[in-house]
Amino acid sequence: MHTKNLTELAKGLREREFSSVEFTQACLERVGRLDEQLNCFITVTAEQALRQAHAADARIQSGEAGPLTGIPFAHKDIFCTQGVKTSCGSKMLDNFISPYDATVTQYLNEAGAVMIGKTNMDEFAMGSSNETSFYGPVKNPWDPQRVPGGSSGGSAAAVAARLVPASTGTDTGGSIRQPAALCGITGLKPTYGRVSRYGMIAFASSLDQGGPLTRSAEDAAIMLGAMAGFDARDSTSVDRPVEDYMVGLNDSLEGLKIGLPKEFFGAGLAGGVADAVTAALGEYEKLGATLVDISLPNTSLAVPTYYVVAPAECSSNLSRMDGVRFGYRASDPQDLEDLYTRSRGEGFGPEVKRRIMIGTYALSAGYYDAYYHKAQQVRRLIREDFLKAFETIDVIMGPTAPTAAFRLGEKSDAPITMYLSDIYTIAVNLAGLPGLSIPAGLTDGLPLGLQVIGNYFEEARLLNIAHRFQQVTDWHELAPQGFE
Amino acid sequence: MNTKWETVIGLEIHAQLRTRSKIFSGAATRYGAQPNTQACAVDLGLPGVLPVLNAEAVLMAAKFGLATHSTVAPRSVFARKNYFYPDLPKGYQISQYELPIVHDGYLDIELDESTTKRIGITRAHLEEDAGKSLHEDFHGLTGIDLNRAGTPLLEIVSEPDMRSAREAVAYMKKIHALVRYLDICDGNMQEGSFRCDANVSVRPQDAEEFGTRTEIKNLNSFRFVEQAINYEVERQIALIEGGGKVVQETRLFDPDRHETRPMRTKEEANDYRYFPDPDLLPVEIGQAFLDDVAATLPELPEARKQRFMGDYGLSAYDAGILTASREQADYFEATVDASGGQGKLSANWVMGELSGALNKAGVDIIDSPVSAAELGGLLLRIEDGTISGKIAKQVFQDMFNGEGSADAIIEKKGLKQISDSSAIEGIVKEVLENNPKQLEQYRNGQTKLLGYFVGQVMQATQGKANPKQVNELLRKILDA
Repeated sequence: MHTKNLTELAKGLREREFSSVEFTQACLERVGRLDEQLNCFITVTAEQALRQAHAADARIQSGEAGPLTGIPFAHKDIFCTQGVKTSCGSKMLDNFISPYDATVTQYLNEAGAVMIGKTNMDEFAMGSSNETSFYGPVKNPWDPQRVPGGSSGGSAAAVAARLVPASTGTDTGGSIRQPAALCGITGLKPTYGRVSRYGMIAFASSLDQGGPLTRSAEDAAIMLGAMAGFDARDSTSVDRPVEDYMVGLNDSLEGLKIGLPKEFFGAGLAGGVADAVTAALGEYEKLGATLVDISLPNTSLAVPTYYVVAPAECSSNLSRMDGVRFGYRASDPQDLEDLYTRSRGEGFGPEVKRRIMIGTYALSAGYYDAYYHKAQQVRRLIREDFLKAFETIDVIMGPTAPTAAFRLGEKSDAPITMYLSDIYTIAVNLAGLPGLSIPAGLTDGLPLGLQVIGNYFEEARLLNIAHRFQQVTDWHELAPQGFE
Repeated sequence: MNTKWETVIGLEIHAQLRTRSKIFSGAATRYGAQPNTQACAVDLGLPGVLPVLNAEAVLMAAKFGLATHSTVAPRSVFARKNYFYPDLPKGYQISQYELPIVHDGYLDIELDESTTKRIGITRAHLEEDAGKSLHEDFHGLTGIDLNRAGTPLLEIVSEPDMRSAREAVAYMKKIHALVRYLDICDGNMQEGSFRCDANVSVRPQDAEEFGTRTEIKNLNSFRFVEQAINYEVERQIALIEGGGKVVQETRLFDPDRHETRPMRTKEEANDYRYFPDPDLLPVEIGQAFLDDVAATLPELPEARKQRFMGDYGLSAYDAGILTASREQADYFEATVDASGGQGKLSANWVMGELSGALNKAGVDIIDSPVSAAELGGLLLRIEDGTISGKIAKQVFQDMFNGEGSADAIIEKKGLKQISDSSAIEGIVKEVLENNPKQLEQYRNGQTKLLGYFVGQVMQATQGKANPKQVNELLRKILDA
C-alpha cells in the first residue's frame, strides 16, 4: 500500500480493497519500524489516527468520501492541532498542547484525512538542515549520514521513506522546496495568501506559506486542493476561489516559454546539479517548450534581504514566548526579568537566539532605515525583477538548491554557508510567488531538485508543468534503499 | 500664578471605543467580567493566532476624524510596538505609528464669555489596550487579567497648544463631550474608558523654545488633570528657579497627596522597535465611505450651539455650556418643549437651579430627580403667573426632594400667587398706612422708596402677591 499514490489509494479505499483503518495501521507499523533511524516524527498520534480512520471508513461507506478521506498524512509540527502537542521543534513549546486547530488542520480534518503524527522540523522553522530541532536532527533516508534539508525535514523524509503518502510543510525561504529536493520528492510553496496562516506558528509573517510535500505533482494537486482557501481569520489570506488543480494536469506544454535566469546557473552551483537541471530542461524541450535566457538582476541581494526581513519579523513574533502564559518557564524565577531572561535563554536554541538578536538589531532605533527599511525597498526590486520576467516568459526554472544533501554537521557551525543553501528559493518568498520542486536526477546516489517558479496564483500551471515531466521521467518514483 | 513663566501643555487622550467586540478578535469588551473570561485565543497571544481588524473601530475613528475637522487618512498602517510586560500577551502592542488613521484637525474651546481658543489635534490613532496586572491578593506574585487586552482605543494627541491647567481641562471636557455625542466612547472615567496623559513644560514668557517636558500618566478625572498640571507647573518653576533642571521623565499623580512623582523606570528611553505589522493589511478608506459616515453623524456640539443661539436667543457662552454634554443639551431642549418654548427661562433654570442642585447632590443630569418635563411644568407656572420666580425656587427644591410635581406642590402648600386686585389693594393700603414716614419722603420726591413698599407688600403676603400687580397698584395709589 505504501507505494501507491493518492489517486490509487483513494480508489483502493473506495473499492474496499483495503480500509482506512488497515492502511492507517500499516503506516503506523511502518513508522514504528523505520522512524527510529530517521527521527521524522516528534509525536505519533496513533489513537487519534485510528479514530479518524474509523470515521473515514464510515464516511467512505456512506459514499461521501472526498479524495483525501481515509488517507494518512503527517503534519508539520508548526500547525496547531487541538489536544495534541504542537512544539514547533522547540523546547520552548515542548509542553504546549494547542487548545485549537489551525485552519489547515481543520480543512484536512474536514476532508477526512487521517493525521498519523507531527513531524520534526528546525526549531521555529529556522534552519535548512533540520539540525536545529530540539528533538534532534532528521536523517535523510537516501543516506542517514546526511541531512534531509529543512525546515520541513521531517515531513520530507517521511514522504521520501514512504512512511506516509503525503505531508504538510511550511516555506519561509525554501523550507518546503529545499527538503523536497534533498529527499527526492515533490514540494509546493503556494502564492503568499493562498493557504491560511491561522494556527501556523509564525516565523516571518510576510514570508510564511504552508504547502504540501508529496511523491508526485498529481498528489500535490490533491493535497493543495484541501489545504488552500480563503480564511477570514487571516487578514493576508486572499479571497479567491480555489481552482480544481486536477483538471489541467495533462494540458499540453507546447509553446511553453521557460525563463532561465543566468543568476541561477553561476558560481556555487554543484556540477552534478547543473547537469541534472540541463537534462530536465531537455525533457521540457521535447515536450514542446522553448528555453529563454533571462536575468533577475537583484538575485544576489535576496539572501541578505531575507536575513534582515525574516529575523526582524521573527524577533517580534517570538516575543510571546515569554514563560508567562504557556510554554517553557524557567524554574523558580527571582523576579520578572529573571523569568523572561531564563525562560527564553533556556527555552530557545542557538539559531533562534541568533535570529532574534539579528532582528532586534535591525529594528532598533537608528538602524531601522539602514536595515529593515532598506530591505523592504530591495524586496520590491526583487519582486519587480520577477514581474518583468513574466512579461515575456511563462515560468522560470532552475535548480532548487545548489548542492545535493550535505552531511550532518557539515554546515552547522557556519551559519552563512548554511543560509546560502536557500539561495535559489528565498527570492520567491520575498516576491510572494508560487514555486515547486520536483525530483530531476541523482548525483552520487543523492536526489536533486528542479525548481519551477510561476506568476501569482499559477499553482495549477506549475502542477501541470511538473506532472507532464513526471509522465515522461521516473525520478519521482525512485525510493531510497531500504524504504522501497 | 508666576507671571515670569509660561506653561505649555499637550494632552494624549485615550478613549476606549464602544465596539461590541475587541479590535482584533471576536471576544466581548464588557467591563467588569470575571478575570480572563473575555479573552480568546487571539487575546491570549497563543502561538499561531492572527489579528483581524474590527470594522466598527475604523468607522468610529472616521467619525471622530470628521467631527474634528481632521484628515481621515486614505491609507493608514498598523505597526507593532515591541516591549515585554506580563499583561501584554504578544510581547508587542498593535498600534499605529507613522501613518495614523486621523491627523491634522482641531477643536475650539471656550475660555470665557467672549474668547474661544483653537487647539490643534496632531493625530488620532487606533490601538489595542493591554491587560491588567493585579498586584494584590496573590501573595507576592502578580495576577494577570487579560479581559481588557485587545479593547480598542483611540489615542488622541493634541498639539502643545494649551497654556494652563484650565485650558487643558476645557479641551479634555470638549473631547469627552464629543466622543459621547458621537457615541463612540462611553466616557466612563472611573472605569478607565476615558483617560489622559499630560505633557507639561514651562518656559520663560516670550521664549521661543519649549522647556523640557514631563509626562504625567493615566489621569482619569478632570479634577486630577487640573491638580496634577498645577502641581507639576509649580514644581518645575521652583526647580528651575532653584537652579535645577527639569528631567524628561514619566510621572504619576498621587491624588491623595496632590503631587506627582517619577514612575520607577529602569531605562530612560525604551526602544519600541516599531515596524509595520505584517499580519494586517493597510487600512484603506475611500471618499464614498467617508460620505456615508458624514451622513450618519449626529448634530455635533458646535452646530447645536449655533442653533441654540439662533433658535432660543442664547448667548454664545450659555449655548456653549448647555451643549457641553449631549445629555445636558437634550435635557435643555426637552425642558424648552415642556415649557411651551421658553428658551431663555429654560436655559437659566437648567444652568442655575438644576445644575446647582445636581452638583450639590452629586447626581448626573441623566439621573436627575426632576425630569425635563417636570421642570418645564414648573416654568409654565411662572410664565402664566401662577407663582413668582422666587416661589418657583422653593417649589423646585421640593420637587428635587421628591415631593411631587410643581402643580401638586403649589396646591398643597398654597403657594399660588395672589392676583386678586382687591386683595392686593387692601394689603397695599395697609402697608402705606403703617409707614407714614416713608410715605411722606416718597411724596417729597424720594421715588426710589417704591421698592421698599413692594418689599413690604411681598413680605406681608409671604411672597405670594403677583409682583407686577403690586408695582402697578402702588404706582396708581402713590401717584394719584
